[in-house]
Amino acid sequence: MKIHKYDTVIVGAGGAGMRAAIEATKRSRTAVLTKLYPTRSHTGAAQGGMAAALANVEDDNWEWHTFDTIKGGDYLVDQDAAEILAKEAIDAVLDLEKMGLPFNRTPEGNIDQRRFGGHSRNHGEAPVRRSCYAADRTGHMILQTLYQNCVKEGVEFFNEFYVLDQIMVEVDGVKKSAGVVAYELATGEIHVFQAKAVIYASGGTGKFFKVTSNAHTLTGDGQAACYRRGLPLEDMEFFQFHPTGIWRMGILLTEGARGEGGILRNKDGERFMEKYAPVMKDLASRDVVSRSIYTEIREGRGCGPAGDHVYLDLTHLPPEQLDAKLPDITEFARTYLGIEPYTDPIPIQPTAHYAMGGIPTNVMGEVLADNTTVVPGLYAAGEVACVSVHGANRLGTNSLLDINVFGRRSGIAAAEYAAKNDFVELPEDPETFVLAQVERLLNSTGKERVAALRTELQECMDANVMVFRTEQTIKTAVERISELRERYQHVAIQDKGKRFNTDLLEAVELGNLLDLAEVMAVSALARKESRGGHYREDFPNRDDVNFMRHTMAYREVGDDGIESIRLDYKPVVQTRYQPMERKY
Amino acid sequence: MATPTMDRVEAGSAASDHLLTVTFRIRRFNPEVSDESTWQDFQIDIDPKERVLDGLHKIKWELDGSLTFRRSCAHGVCGSDAMRINGKNRLACKTLIKDIVALDKTGAAAKPITIEAIKGLTVLKDLVVDMEPFFQAYRDVMPFLVTTGNEPTRERYQSAEDRERFDDTTKCILCAACTSSCPVFWNDGQYFGPAAIVNAHRFIFDSRDEAGEQRLEILNDRDGVWRCRTTFNCTDACPRGIEVTKAIQEVKRALITRRF
Repeated sequence: MKIHKYDTVIVGAGGAGMRAAIEATKRSRTAVLTKLYPTRSHTGAAQGGMAAALANVEDDNWEWHTFDTIKGGDYLVDQDAAEILAKEAIDAVLDLEKMGLPFNRTPEGNIDQRRFGGHSRNHGEAPVRRSCYAADRTGHMILQTLYQNCVKEGVEFFNEFYVLDQIMVEVDGVKKSAGVVAYELATGEIHVFQAKAVIYASGGTGKFFKVTSNAHTLTGDGQAACYRRGLPLEDMEFFQFHPTGIWRMGILLTEGARGEGGILRNKDGERFMEKYAPVMKDLASRDVVSRSIYTEIREGRGCGPAGDHVYLDLTHLPPEQLDAKLPDITEFARTYLGIEPYTDPIPIQPTAHYAMGGIPTNVMGEVLADNTTVVPGLYAAGEVACVSVHGANRLGTNSLLDINVFGRRSGIAAAEYAAKNDFVELPEDPETFVLAQVERLLNSTGKERVAALRTELQECMDANVMVFRTEQTIKTAVERISELRERYQHVAIQDKGKRFNTDLLEAVELGNLLDLAEVMAVSALARKESRGGHYREDFPNRDDVNFMRHTMAYREVGDDGIESIRLDYKPVVQTRYQPMERKY
Repeated sequence: MATPTMDRVEAGSAASDHLLTVTFRIRRFNPEVSDESTWQDFQIDIDPKERVLDGLHKIKWELDGSLTFRRSCAHGVCGSDAMRINGKNRLACKTLIKDIVALDKTGAAAKPITIEAIKGLTVLKDLVVDMEPFFQAYRDVMPFLVTTGNEPTRERYQSAEDRERFDDTTKCILCAACTSSCPVFWNDGQYFGPAAIVNAHRFIFDSRDEAGEQRLEILNDRDGVWRCRTTFNCTDACPRGIEVTKAIQEVKRALITRRF
């Protein structure tokens, strides 16, 4: 075992982690621990753009953006945080441009902007061009630009280091963060990183679904590490299903395709979104569009022999426009479906895309131990966190924004905390938990296989807690996940080596997914209303009287050693916007 | 009723009536076991419309958990899974079985699909190579925007034409398919390699940048751009369709004319 000491440790090297690292490295001795090489992170898969009311191409302002974000989140958004997001968006985009990001340009040479779902002029009048973009590879450009600037700033990376435990220490009755424990993929060695401040920026947890736009590596490692140490997870029942994933594969086809004029059609060729969202049509918010697609499918208007998908039609757009604005997604259609988007519509279905919930933080990125208490020295930003700027449903282009605004904020806050505070003394044998976990998996002689359990989990989640949920389906999920968690105790792996043991780490990741899937299902069961991405067929309306509040899920272990989930609730911060019925 | 799901159809990426029996012939190496690499055959039944990566997962998840490779996004944007497939550098997640498998007259697979680690970088285990020399070459070309003077309050202006000038080289995902397909790089690990030059190009031809001369001097080095023998392997290998050799030629020309 090796012990390292840094002022600031950042877990994850996607957009949020690297944006934080650029700030933290300037102010403190910083290490970034990442289970992938930095440029492999899933920020790079984001396509359509980053929202900011630059007003470069038409009238716009941050107040409209704030309103759209709050409405998009079905009023579960903390309004103070949304206002910060929208206000700081403008500088966040300009900062990236100054760092070198090659945005598409207007004829005048300004950053160009395009339409995106849920973003509107003057509180819902009509779609507005707010998304700053670089073709359909904006996430790629952000990831590359941030990595380039990390190279420029000399950020210190520990590549292929898996953080498996969060070290919490109680000092004078206050639980503080003391550092993290990591597993080095190349050698199998365990490393303890003592740090004054730790920032989690480890991304989402989409891999507990089967049809998903998420990378194989999005397994909720950061959420699980904190949750296991008694910290709450907020709003985990809210998961976004992106309307346009490639049929059966789930690969993302950007909403920017509809921003450029693409149209969703059912088997009769009908532009069905006109029925569900008369004003915004195909550019309604994602939860609305995904439900509309499944309504079409369930009512027999789906396409194909099984009627299990609809079409994204780009055929009326000029090929030059597709080549210039949507080169990657058109190539995906050609590569994976053998379809030519110039002439043929693309079969799509909703795909599990984004966790609105996560580790609760305040607007400085400080992690919360309960509704109000900050955990000294612990921060989170990006998809792993819940600020909450996305509420019950995130607007497209607000996540690339989130990682930049709150990545930056948490990087500054963590480094400033590190400058003013001392190291927390490490407990004796801080590696105990990770060592035991690794040894147990390496030595297990059980009969269960990781891949089989993971597939069962994914199929269970797709079938029971996806776009439409009922008490019955969620209960089924809770029971099935509980069985799978039991079977996970008997999981065995084949690779017993130290070197690049990805077999071992897939087993660890599955454990994380199972823990988080259970939190999601239990949180969803208790929310007897429909709001944003959480749609209950047995409670189809939003219930502001009983459920205008954030879910806070805690792991509890009884004296008998039995684990359970305790649910609590946290008020939503409302400033200037009163909840209204949500129409697009 | 629950959300319609995929449960009614077989797992996998695309619809298909038949599975093809294919042999994956994989070059295995694990210094914990042996100093020598060996070829190992795995026979799997797979939908030919699935990716090579799906086949590798099938082997890892069902046959041999010790098979080791990198992967993440699984659709050609993260750059993790460059490997040598049937002797050519490709991304396993962007290569469909049907596009590389040779079929006999009966429609059965005629030959195994061979898979090995990319060349020119030290193999650490199976298909995993040491990427550090690759990233070091990248870092050496100053892969970041350099400007002087006061920053403007708003964005820097750039015409659509100026933006287009370096568009091709912004697409690089640092997968190393190009660099590890280059014979010069195989024979001399000191050569910067195509990917580093591509990333230098991306800034040299960016109208906002002011360090073009410095980058050109770096590439004017003994191990720099002049080592390129214009074999076009890199262009063929690039999974993003970047005209890598052309970019290298443009850097060479800029070195001669000092115009960029």
